[in-house]
Amino acid sequence: MADHILSWMTFFPVIGAVVIAFIPKGNKEIVKTVAAAAAAVPLILAVRLFIDFDRNLDGFQFIEHFEWIKTFNIEYHMGVDGLSVPMVLLTAFLSFLCIIASWKIEKATKGYFALFLLLEAGMMGVFCALDFFLFYVFWEVMLLPMYFLIGIWGGPRKEYAAIKFFLYTLAGSVLMLLAMIALYLFTTDPATGQTGTFNMLHMFDQANHTGILTLDNVRFALWMGLFIGFAIKVPIFPFHTWLPDAHVEAPTAVSVILAGVLLKMGTYGILRISYPMLPDQAKAFMIPMAILGAINILYGAFCALAQTDMKKLVAYSSVSHMGYVLLGMSAMTEAGINGAVFQMFNHGTITAMMFLCVGVIYDRAHHREINGFGGLGLQMPLYTTVTSFALFAAIGLPGLSGFVSEAMVFMGAFPVHQTITIISAIGIIIGAAYVLWMLQRVFLGTRNEKYDDIQDINSREMFTLVPIGLVVLFLGIYPMPVLNLMKVSLNSLIAVINVAG
Amino acid sequence: MFVNITIPNWSDFAHFVPEAIMFGAFLLALMGDVIVRGRKPVVPFLITLLGALAALYYSFASPPVGDAGVLGSLVMIDSFAGFFRIVFSFVAVVTILFSWSSEEIMGSTREHKGEYYALIALMTGGMMVMAEARDLVMLFMSMELVALTSYVMAGYMRNSLRSTEASLKYVIFGAVSSGIMLFGMSLLFGMTGQMTFVGIRDALVANPVNDLSMLVVLIMIMAGFGYKIAMVPFHFWCPDVYEGAPTPVSAFFSVGPKAAGFALMIRFFFTVFQPIVDTIDWPLMIAILSAVTMTYGNIVAVKQTNVKRLLAYSSIAHVGYLLMGFLLLTPGGLQAILFYLLVYAVMNLGAFMFVSAINNSIKSEELSDYAGLGFRAPWASVMMFIFLVSLVGLPPAAGFIGKLYLFTEVLREGWYWLAIVGVLNSVISLFYYMQIARAMYFEKVPEDAPAVKIAPLHYVTMALLAVPTLILGLYWSEFKAIADQAIAGF
Repeated sequence: MADHILSWMTFFPVIGAVVIAFIPKGNKEIVKTVAAAAAAVPLILAVRLFIDFDRNLDGFQFIEHFEWIKTFNIEYHMGVDGLSVPMVLLTAFLSFLCIIASWKIEKATKGYFALFLLLEAGMMGVFCALDFFLFYVFWEVMLLPMYFLIGIWGGPRKEYAAIKFFLYTLAGSVLMLLAMIALYLFTTDPATGQTGTFNMLHMFDQANHTGILTLDNVRFALWMGLFIGFAIKVPIFPFHTWLPDAHVEAPTAVSVILAGVLLKMGTYGILRISYPMLPDQAKAFMIPMAILGAINILYGAFCALAQTDMKKLVAYSSVSHMGYVLLGMSAMTEAGINGAVFQMFNHGTITAMMFLCVGVIYDRAHHREINGFGGLGLQMPLYTTVTSFALFAAIGLPGLSGFVSEAMVFMGAFPVHQTITIISAIGIIIGAAYVLWMLQRVFLGTRNEKYDDIQDINSREMFTLVPIGLVVLFLGIYPMPVLNLMKVSLNSLIAVINVAG
Repeated sequence: MFVNITIPNWSDFAHFVPEAIMFGAFLLALMGDVIVRGRKPVVPFLITLLGALAALYYSFASPPVGDAGVLGSLVMIDSFAGFFRIVFSFVAVVTILFSWSSEEIMGSTREHKGEYYALIALMTGGMMVMAEARDLVMLFMSMELVALTSYVMAGYMRNSLRSTEASLKYVIFGAVSSGIMLFGMSLLFGMTGQMTFVGIRDALVANPVNDLSMLVVLIMIMAGFGYKIAMVPFHFWCPDVYEGAPTPVSAFFSVGPKAAGFALMIRFFFTVFQPIVDTIDWPLMIAILSAVTMTYGNIVAVKQTNVKRLLAYSSIAHVGYLLMGFLLLTPGGLQAILFYLLVYAVMNLGAFMFVSAINNSIKSEELSDYAGLGFRAPWASVMMFIFLVSLVGLPPAAGFIGKLYLFTEVLREGWYWLAIVGVLNSVISLFYYMQIARAMYFEKVPEDAPAVKIAPLHYVTMALLAVPTLILGLYWSEFKAIADQAIAGF
């Protein structure tokens, strides 16, 4: 497994899904165990990747490169660099925990876990692919399990939420498809000297761009096509409206994956594809991107403030937190981009905790109305502690990981976009407001006697929350393990953009 | 004037093996049906099935070498024709196999069921000739042969009001549009005095005809082809006929005659109208029709509640996609069309077959009756989902690769607006295809839902289509090569 570590990570869950499909009906425990095992292997391999990854090397590592469709120059090309490794770690980590968190799924258990594993495979593939075609295939393949996971196991308005998610994402990705084809048609393959290659590494090299790819207005159109495709996934205002619906209707574990991993695919795409392939456009788009970031931060935070549904509140807080990522990316400074990618990782872990916490209370009370609780702190002391921890991490309390990345983002963005950064900083205050207000309404105040018999968090739920909490705490105190991973790759990305600008 | 007519001789038939097999199967099946009478028409079934298999094998094993104009100058046996032989005989094999277990065909609605298989053989032969015609006479004859056969097949269930209505509509639309086309062809003959496509082209190059007359001819001929492939605004017959005809027949119609129409249209336009591109911008006309066709088909499909009708509109939309490759006038564009036709044949047949298989059991094609099918007939539903994903054009299904090639060629030639219209149409189509998936998987199984029982033969045929739909989405080099070689003669 050490040779093709990325392929094993991507396709082992597929093997698991196939095995699950052939387990006879009714063996729910076996299905869950197989699913957990199939998700554990990528996690173990991810740890291995984390250890073996050479942090001082610029460029891609663990490369796998084979021919696939020769006539169309499509290759099976996988590899990771400092940008993808944190995402791969996040995916493997959250997927495993989500399988554990889904242990109580009773409806069509087989289908649920099989689809979940396919989803994991798709996400892994997106973060490892170095061939644009392969990237696109994984990007799209992932939509199908997600559609079903929301649509079959979701809440009351699941059908609406599922198709809305699907339509929004597809609308974005078809624009990306056209941009991909244009890049394919007019990129020279240095090995043959002819145009037509899906190899991302060739597309990164501006010297390979020919024909219409050298025209400014075409490059702008390509940038916009890719940007809209990724923006819908992030989601950037005004393309965010699918997110609250999808989150509210999705089952807990799927919400975790949606917020924890899927949203990152949008910003990952911008950093992996848009920035290096069209660095001049990226540079020209700095200010609009920063403004969009600020809008996301403030708009998301204000919306969160107005919510009465806990899950919707957390969903809007994701919109707000992804705004920090955008702000950091738009600055194109070392602190800014490193902070942005670190924020991607941290948001993944922190939001996952928040969604899991909401899931815990929903399983017991069967509703998520913030105003329907009160004084839960007395009835569920352990749960209150864990949730408070997650919520404080979301505010960016010093000592927890969110603080480090947000501080880096602001430090990186301030020298470049002073006014926008100052305005964005208001988002932190609003963030504290909605979080603390929710904390107060749910856990403090008068005791709601309806929930006198409610059970505190159980050990299985703790098992899913504690590892994430430890990561959040550890990276808050000592963020270097993750920062070291990405530093070299991201700095060379900044250099590429600055040369073009 | 008729100097270039040469008398056909026996050696011409060496080029005509698959066609001869199909026509022979037609005659034998008719006679066999008369001689051996049973409750089920075993003899015509076996004869046509074996005939179609033999034609398929022959088309694969010995594709035409070089360009042979046979029967005087009436037909052209080249690799292009060879490609369509494979498509048509494959479609015939699948349809014949499938029909054997279909209630609509084999149920008690009708006597003389052997006719059905004979007609399929006849129509398959006719479609093969359509892909080979290179003369105005043969063009018209082959189109009429296919058309007349299809009128009968559409009205096969003659006790059913829907089926007879479909047949009548088909006849009226067909008669009008082939009349218009024939008039256009007579004008063309009058202008040039030539019958062969090449002769007409040479005459047009030597003595250019004024633009207005050419425009009239072009539009009239386009009307005839537009009807055959169901292009907007000549599509009105299509949903009614597909809905009314027995489902296996609709499946056959949605793939066979449509592909044959494309084959003939490609050969005719690329030969005759290629030289006048400079004076009349017909590629732009087709581009507009293509955009309108796909948008219309997709938007109207959204509102459908009958799955068969929905698929009919979806097939109109797919004509729009195919036309994108047609107007490019490049080899790449043609290769993309042919590959897409191949993929389309597989996935669209599959989707119709599913509808038919379900109709067998629950006697309904309404979307509301599909509730919970994913749990009532899990394997069939999974296959249907594969077809649907492919029809949308999502990876890892074959439809995605087909669309990828089409869009690549469209962008290569710089039709940017058309490419954008095309991809946005895919998004619209996602909505209605997923309506079917939604009904199958997201809705609860109704309490009084009848049990779904699917015939073993139907599982086999659907699997025969579902497996290639997946495989072509992951590895398609060899099949693309077949499509690529097909246009070597152009």
